[in-house]
Amino acid sequence: MTATALKHTVSTDTWQPLCTKADLVAFSGVAAWLNTPEGPAQVAIFYLPRQRSQGQEKELYALDHFDPFSNANVIARGIIGDVKGNPVVASPLYKQHFRLEDGQCLEDENIKLRTWKVAFRGEEVWVAG
Amino acid sequence: MSTQQQLIIIGNGMVGHHLVEQLVDNGALERYQVTVFGEERHRAYDRVHLSEYFSGRDADSLALCEADYYATSGVELRTSEAVIEIDRNSQEVVTEQGRYPYDRLVLATGSFPFVPPIPGNDRDGCLVYRTLDDLDAIQAAAENATTGVVVGGGLLGLEAANALRGLNLDTAVVEFASRLMPMQVDNEGGELLREKIEALGVQVLTERATQRIEDGEASRHRMVFQDDKVLETDLIVFSAGIRPRDQLARDCGLEIGERGGVVVDNQCLTSDPAILAIGEVALWNQSIFGLVAPGYQMAKAAFSTLTGGDTQFGGADMSTKLKLLGVDVGSIGDAHGNQNPSARMFRYLDPIKQEYRKLVISSDGKKLLGAMLVGNNSVYDTLLQYYANGIELPDEPASLILPQSSGAAPTLGPGALPETASICSCHNVTKGDICATIDAGAVDLSGVKTATKASTGCGGCTALLKSVVDHELEARGVEVDKSICEHFAHTRQELYDIVRVEGIKTFSELIEKHGNQDTHCLGCDICKPAVASILASCFNEPITDAAHIPLQDTNDTFMANMQKNGTYSVVPRVAGGEITPDKLIVLGEVAKKYSLYSKVTGGQRIDLFGARLEDLPDIWGELIAAGFETGHAYGKSLRTVKSCVGSTWCRYGVQDSVGMAIQLENRYKGLRSPHKIKFGVSGCTRECAEAQSKDIGIIATENGWNLYVCGNGGMRPRHAELFATDLDDELLYRTIDRFLMFYVRTADRLQRTSVWRENLDGGLEYLKEVILEDSLGINDELERQMQSVVDSYQCEWADAISDPEKLKRFRSFVNDDRPDPSIIMTSERGQLRPA
Repeated sequence: MTATALKHTVSTDTWQPLCTKADLVAFSGVAAWLNTPEGPAQVAIFYLPRQRSQGQEKELYALDHFDPFSNANVIARGIIGDVKGNPVVASPLYKQHFRLEDGQCLEDENIKLRTWKVAFRGEEVWVAG
Repeated sequence: MSTQQQLIIIGNGMVGHHLVEQLVDNGALERYQVTVFGEERHRAYDRVHLSEYFSGRDADSLALCEADYYATSGVELRTSEAVIEIDRNSQEVVTEQGRYPYDRLVLATGSFPFVPPIPGNDRDGCLVYRTLDDLDAIQAAAENATTGVVVGGGLLGLEAANALRGLNLDTAVVEFASRLMPMQVDNEGGELLREKIEALGVQVLTERATQRIEDGEASRHRMVFQDDKVLETDLIVFSAGIRPRDQLARDCGLEIGERGGVVVDNQCLTSDPAILAIGEVALWNQSIFGLVAPGYQMAKAAFSTLTGGDTQFGGADMSTKLKLLGVDVGSIGDAHGNQNPSARMFRYLDPIKQEYRKLVISSDGKKLLGAMLVGNNSVYDTLLQYYANGIELPDEPASLILPQSSGAAPTLGPGALPETASICSCHNVTKGDICATIDAGAVDLSGVKTATKASTGCGGCTALLKSVVDHELEARGVEVDKSICEHFAHTRQELYDIVRVEGIKTFSELIEKHGNQDTHCLGCDICKPAVASILASCFNEPITDAAHIPLQDTNDTFMANMQKNGTYSVVPRVAGGEITPDKLIVLGEVAKKYSLYSKVTGGQRIDLFGARLEDLPDIWGELIAAGFETGHAYGKSLRTVKSCVGSTWCRYGVQDSVGMAIQLENRYKGLRSPHKIKFGVSGCTRECAEAQSKDIGIIATENGWNLYVCGNGGMRPRHAELFATDLDDELLYRTIDRFLMFYVRTADRLQRTSVWRENLDGGLEYLKEVILEDSLGINDELERQMQSVVDSYQCEWADAISDPEKLKRFRSFVNDDRPDPSIIMTSERGQLRPA
């Protein structure tokens, strides 16, 4: 993959707009390209609209789209859930769970996905690359 | 390093290689500099599957390791270099190339085939069957031959016979004893084996001692037997047993057994403590072990001896199950019953199916001492558990070898399994390991899985593991939580009833009203797809509707089957397997246009692999325009109705099986269920559609249709059971309506009909009472419910491609239209596959 695969070439390590709220799917994920200091990265963005008052604190999460167990870019296509109070995504291929908050794999303590800060700015979704 | 000792291993067969693996994997190379001598050209290969060399496997694919394994591991492998002498005084081994000093020496020289001392046994075309070079020689000799004879009707002899058959030779087996496989089977078993092998076109001659081999008239050789009878053949393979290759040990004065073999103790040490012996050259307690598993155990013991551990070799069980020339043969313990004078025996012989089973039990009837199986090894695993673990036999031991349809239940429940019983063979987890984990604090299945890794390999033991864990938890007074997951304190069946009775139409409403209040409200990858399936069974709304889409597994989300590289496969419905030439052409054109790998499925349709996420809508647009609809290959739902061609074409057919299959497939397509459902319809009792291996099997009769239910292929095959006979079309539909809806209503999540049926209290009789006699008074409701599903069917893909909002989901990236550049394909046999 090359840097030309990027539409948004904002300077590194800064907040970049990736997509709009309309691109997201509630309680599910989409994938997007992000410019990072290490080069372009495929990011999975999950959108969990607030519904109950208790518990859940964040509405948006950004993790690696790359699944280290299958070596395929599929994490955004996993099912969202919570395990013992932690929002997680289950890999669609081999079903390992990754904590949305910090990318930690619950089945293997040595595996952790990268995470990025992500937030709404108006109708746009911004990620810190 | 100067502190390193020199370790030499003579022999690079399976056992010698296993020792090297032990040394490499366990860090012993810091202590030893290891040199391995192999006489053959090839590095260690799989001798157990040697015969596959003739069916297409080459030396490289039979090899036990990658070509650079030894080099990268830091072990010196010297192939094509035979050791000719061991000099114990100077502690050196001698080859033609040089002398090599050793501190420790391991003999893993294996065995050689015994060639009877018959005049003429060294003629051209008289060969043995042991090494890859032997096989090359056999293959070369077979080129100008039409007939071949194997001398020896034991295990290896029959393998050699299979190899000769594979080379298109008219094959005969000549055995000195009165039956084939005299070590493993008795006269009855041997007779059955002979019948089965002769039926394959292999001639079997027993009680024949070859006197000499001389020039033949019609063929190259003539074998003359004790009664002056003769047999002519072009090629002879000797396979009359093996002998330990102990010459090096003899020459250097190590202790040798009376009938050969290097004497070793429990540590695999020979009479010289610097030298060890393992595998088929080693004689332990007067026994040579001619199987690979005991050889591996010796390799482990030798490793332990070399590294100061305390693992010893304590003998090995020689029970085996084999498939020789396609015939099952099993032998457990004292199979002949001649080591236990007071033993009693049960025998079962089925001359039609050609199956023979024998049990040898202790005089008090409590223990299994041995068993013999010919023609069917299906009870081998259960019998081996009884034997190996000394489990007390049931009151009627004969039930273990009687056919299952006579009511016997030979499988062991979790409570009856001993602590040593292997539950997960991938990670070598026993029932005892599981109990220890529970005693150490694991309180549920996932805790046991995390602690033991059980069921995280191939996953084949999932159901067994769960039943063992449930049983052990219950035995410890732990109430087993049957909740579907942490979000609902209900079983799938309870959730189904709640949804139906209360008319709940969304997951969020269900979790709001009935979910656990102390957990988050997101659900998880267990309950969400299960509830999605329940909602679809009850209300049949499109699964891609906004309220349902986050509940679906990825396959349902994108209505295609995700493959290992993140691409998808596409399977349009081909009802009953009937397809017009025009539609076939469209499939070909679409596959070509989108570069899809094409394969015919077992369910009589065509699977197109490698579709990129963003291409799926276009692919389906073209397929739908050509009259295709979705095949639900991605769903827990009706898959296919397989059919034979039936009375329309077949001279034997008695009903139109294709027509019926199409009717059924169109009736039940789109039905979401606890797991996938497969049908088969055969047009006569010849059963070419293999309907009895399906969830629903239908076989035509002169008077209508016979209905079979709850069959399965796959990991645990199960024959479907006859449920109703001579049904007319209308009654057949109604019976299947009720049966399927009852299954949808009561089964656990991801439970196939076969497992559901096995766990159903009251079994088949109860099922018949409910479905055929309406004992619960629910049949009208079941039929109404099915009719509502049938009436509300719509093609999910047609629905999706007409909805721009749904199509937004089919983008690889929301900020770039280009495909994922990391999906790399390569070409194989004229098609693309993942690189």
